[in-house]
Order: sequence, then structure tokens, then C-alpha cells
Amino acid sequence: MKYIDEYREPEIQKEIIKEIQKYGNLINRKINIMEVCGTHTMTIGRYGIRKLMPENINLISGPGCPVCVTPESYIDIAIELLKMEDVIITTFGDMMKVPGSFSSLEKEKANYAKTYVVYSPLDALKIAEDNRDKKIIFLSVGFETTTPLIAQTIKIARDRKIKNFYILAGNKLIPPAMEFLLKEKDARIDGFICPGHVSVIIGRESYTSISKKYNIPCVISGFEPFDILLSIYFILKSIKDEKNEVINEYKRIVKEKGNTKAKEIIYEIFEVVDAEWRGIGIIENSGLRLKENFFDFDAEKNFSIEIKSSNRKTACLCGEILKGRKKPFECPLFEKICTPESPFGPCMVSSEGTCNAYYKYERK
Amino acid sequence: MHIINMKENRIVLSHGSGGKLMHNLIENIFLKSFKNDILDKLYDSGIIEFKDFDICFTTDSYTVDPIFFKGGDIGKLSICGTVNDLAVTGAIPLYLSSSFIIEEGFEIKNLEKIVKSMHAISKKAKVKIVTGDTKVVEKGKVDKIFINTSGIGIRDKRIKLGIERIKEGDVVIINGGIAEHGLAVLISRDTFKIDADIKSDCAPLSGLILEILKETDKIKFMRDPTRGGISATLNEIVKNRDFGIIIYEEKIPVKKEVLSICEILGFDSLNIANEGKVIVICDRKEADIVLKKMRKNIYGKKAEIIGEIVKKPEGKVLIETVTGSLRVLDMPVGEQFPRIC
Repeated sequence: MKYIDEYREPEIQKEIIKEIQKYGNLINRKINIMEVCGTHTMTIGRYGIRKLMPENINLISGPGCPVCVTPESYIDIAIELLKMEDVIITTFGDMMKVPGSFSSLEKEKANYAKTYVVYSPLDALKIAEDNRDKKIIFLSVGFETTTPLIAQTIKIARDRKIKNFYILAGNKLIPPAMEFLLKEKDARIDGFICPGHVSVIIGRESYTSISKKYNIPCVISGFEPFDILLSIYFILKSIKDEKNEVINEYKRIVKEKGNTKAKEIIYEIFEVVDAEWRGIGIIENSGLRLKENFFDFDAEKNFSIEIKSSNRKTACLCGEILKGRKKPFECPLFEKICTPESPFGPCMVSSEGTCNAYYKYERK
Repeated sequence: MHIINMKENRIVLSHGSGGKLMHNLIENIFLKSFKNDILDKLYDSGIIEFKDFDICFTTDSYTVDPIFFKGGDIGKLSICGTVNDLAVTGAIPLYLSSSFIIEEGFEIKNLEKIVKSMHAISKKAKVKIVTGDTKVVEKGKVDKIFINTSGIGIRDKRIKLGIERIKEGDVVIINGGIAEHGLAVLISRDTFKIDADIKSDCAPLSGLILEILKETDKIKFMRDPTRGGISATLNEIVKNRDFGIIIYEEKIPVKKEVLSICEILGFDSLNIANEGKVIVICDRKEADIVLKKMRKNIYGKKAEIIGEIVKKPEGKVLIETVTGSLRVLDMPVGEQFPRIC
């Protein structure tokens, strides 16, 4: 397999870095560029891209990691479900450590050994098929990238008449979150690096209204250091030329309209609702839940769960960090109480969380 | 401010990953009780000093899943791992024990296959298996088969290896491509359904190591970067020391296939286990001699200098990435894949 070296050619990267320096000087004011994708956060950290930026160019990480934005209440519900007889919880691995209001799935695993990590919802469905006497609940989180596969799994479950498979729907949509951040009173985002994988599904066109309405450059980026650098360059050039639009840097994969088939299947199964984002609050039309026809697969509709509401107040700054207002170093818990081995806030849990990336790559 | 105590009170998989949690466990549980002058050094083998020579003694248990994987099996691994732990402390590996814990119902033909593989590789490594033990447990109480091997070797009094000998300007050498063992085992599992031509690098390195030790006395320290990959090993070397290490991403030998699979699965090749690799810290002046000698050995053909010892920052490993930017390379955290060895 090839196509990696080509994107890591040091000479080309040096050229782009020079151009970024040039435009940084030309613009000569503070520019905040936000990425809203955990994999971008990782690329920026792993390749030390932040350090290559001119002083006035600030790279900030938005709510781009689906695990990090999962609210406490979602975990609380999952734990209550886990306690029920004959219930087996299946989940992506990163969700295990996410702290809810009182506990995490990983901790509860020791009491209820009924949690299984899967790499695909189809694996969860397989567990349901193999264990008809149990109720299998899949913790359905993720952005537009993951959702089509979950939707497809529901369809398969329906076609095969599998009656013991449920999902706890917590799926979210990226563009409404981007718009939410821009709408905030003192919003200070000058450009977006748009997520590559999400854009494969939703297409370049999904960002045009945001870009126009808020007059902000949006660049869809790939995941190599080269892609990120080029995207930053495009954003700076757009700002300098005062020509803000949606640029597709990741043309080799992302199409204008995205993957229409995948979009169709999402909206065949799910409908858009308001959703809670951890640390941020309710964002209008930013979540998905199963349509009425599919209520048989909805864990919330089929199990009666009551959770104690919690107003846990902590010094954790994950909310501010997810909005790009604070950096992990500014959080009093970072590195001290909150580390990847024992994460306090969700941004430290996921390997793609902002705090996790800063811990791994950017500590002094 | 209400802070919830997140401390674990049970063993989690990460405690066995070779990363931070495991080091905490060693320090806070094992060393606390077992503390003694030999163990405290935490070298790959315990070094017991006698008048005319030193005896090196090591032990390791193998729980790899699956037991047969591309490039090896649990038996071959159990010999190579222990031989390498002796070799990196400068010893000539001589005698091994082998202890089997077998699940009821395990196929005898598979046991035979494993034992034959152990025999073949121990001949290659010039070691004898001189004692052993067999336990069988009820079905489900252990997964197929676990093997423990211990080994002893003798070390020439003139060989002086130790982290304390490392000085600013010394170079960091590796004998070939990284991350092959970990990935080979992973893709031998059904989980990812990836077919790639990646074989475990599992190999006995005692020959190669003895050859370079004969060549120069300017080798300062060696360690085999197994669990946690080269990130873990390099961090172990600098921990609490008055020097740091810089490595250069471009110089690190890694196969294209390995890099591609890492990209697909989101793994960092620097954190993935090796079973036929050794990190050698050596005086810069002698580096070329060591490199030349290594490259002549079948297990060292792709040897490279990948970094150097620096004065600052103390106790840290830095990596210069392909973008030319310098960042910290930390000890890997958490368990990406249990039962890799």
C-alpha cells in the first residue's frame, strides 16, 4: 500500500510552512482557527503543527470527538441499563472510561461483567443473534461518519427480525455545533478546518450556508500533516483576500454532495432532535433519535430508566475547552488530577480528545 | 470543590501494558515488598555478581492470543523473549526452564507444534531447556495455553552496561523495522479482518548482541523494546536521569505495510511491541562500527541510528517529526491491545 510518503514529503511541507508564515505576517492580527475533528487534533499534536505556526495564528480544538461530547446523563442511563437483568451493553472502547455523574462503565464492569467492547455495531448485532435470551444494547454514539453504519445495522436487525437488539441513541451532527459556536456572543473563530470523515458523508455543500451566513472560511481537510498545513494556508489566504468560502482540500475523497446513499439511510432510520453536548449544553437540531417505525430498537423506549439528576460542579474545564475558549493547560485539573490513566473529564478520556492530545504531545 | 476519587482499586488491563500504570504497579506493589539491591535496578535480568563472572537471571510469562500468528507462535516467543532479556544485559544465554499452564481440552497436536517450535528456536539461540513443569486447569480457567520461561546466562566481568554510563552525544541505534510483532499478532486475530503481509519480528538476538559487544566496549546500554514499543523503552531509559533523548522520525526504520496498517487502525508505530529488536545506546565514535556489524547479521540488516542523547530536556524523550517540529514522546498510556506477548 502506498500514498503515505507522498503526503509526508518534508520539502513540500517546508514550502507550505513558509507561506503560512508569510500570510500570518500579512494579516497581522490574532487569528483563531478551529478544527472540529478528533483525528485532526491528533495530527496537529503528533506532528507538532501548533509549534510551526506564526505567533498570531492560534489553532484551537472544537467539539470534534464524539466520546468527549457525550453528556453525563447518557453514561448514567447506560449504567442503569447495565444493572438490569439479562442486559448486555456493547460499546466502542473509548466509552468505557467516560465518567458519568457517579461512575463509569469501566468501573461498573467489575460489578456487572456484562459489557463488551466492539469495533462495529454489526459485531453487537452478532452478539444479539448468538444470545437470543439476552437483551443487547449498543451505545450508539458518533457523528455523521459512524451513523450510517448504525442505521444500516438497525435495518439488518429489522430484516432479520432480531428482537433482542437495541441502541441507546446519542448520535450527533457537526454543522449545527459549528453554527452554535459562531452564534455565541463573543465568538472568536476566524476559520474552520472541517472534518474529513464527516465530510465524506455530508459533502462540501453542507458548509456553504454557515460560511456565507457568518462570512467565515471553511476548509475540508485530510489527515496527513500536509493536508492540515495546506488547509491552514487556504484559511489564511481566504482571510487575507477577504474571500471566505468553503474549500475542499480533501478532494481525493470528499465530494460536493458527499455520500448520498449514506445520507439517505441515516434519515430513513433517524430524525433530527435537539441534543445535549457535554460541557456545552443543548444545541438545537444537533442530535439524532430513532424514528417511530424503529422504536422497537430504542433502548430508552423499551426499558424504563430513571436517573437521578446531578449537578456535579467541578473545576473541570472540558466545556470551555470544547468551545475553544480555553486550552487544556489552563485547566486546574489537567496533568494533576486528570490524566489519561485516570481521566476526570471526557476530553482526557478519548484518545482523540483535546486534553488527551495535549497531554500526549504538547506538554513542556 | 468536590473531587471524585478516580483511583482504581482493581487490576485493569493497562496494569500489564508496559506503560505508566505497570510502572506504578511495579513501584508501589512489587518493589515495596521485594526491594533488594539486585531487583531495584529493574534491568531486564537480575544480575548476580560472582568473583569471576556474573550470572544473569530472568523470567517471563507468555499469554499471547492467538497462540499461532504470522511469523511465530507462543512457543517461539517464549524462548526468544527470555533469551533477549538475558542478551540485552550482556549475558550469554545458557539454560532455560519452561512451564506450561494448559486448558483442559487443548489439542495435543497443537502442544506438540508449540514444543517443536521451542526446540527449533532454542537450538538456534544455543540454549538448553533443562527443567520444566506442566499444570492443567479446568476448561475456561485459562485461555488455551500460557507458558512461563526463566533463563540464566553468564556475563563476562569486563562487560559493563548500565544507564549510568550514558553520556550526552551518545547515539541511539535500532537493529531494524519497528512495530512488526504487535501488528502481526493483531491482524492474526479475527477482529479487524485485515490481510496484510506483516510477520512478527520475533527472533533470538543473542548472536547479534554478542557480536557487537565483541566489537567495542563503548556500548553503554541495551534494552529490547517489547510492550509499549520504542516509546516505552526510550522513556524508561531517561526516567529520573540528567539527560534526554531526541529521535528523528525520518530515521526510524519501519516497513511501509506497517505504517499503512497503523494509519488505518489509528495506532502509533512507536508504541507497538517488537520481539526481535534491540535499542543500543553507544558512543558516537563507535556507532559506525556497531552499525556495520549489526547490518551483517540477519537480524540487523536494516539497523539505523535513530537519535541521540542530549543534555536538555532532562528526563524527556523528544521526537523531531516529519514536519520538522519537535514534540515530546511520552510513555504510552493505557492498553491498546492486551495479550500481545
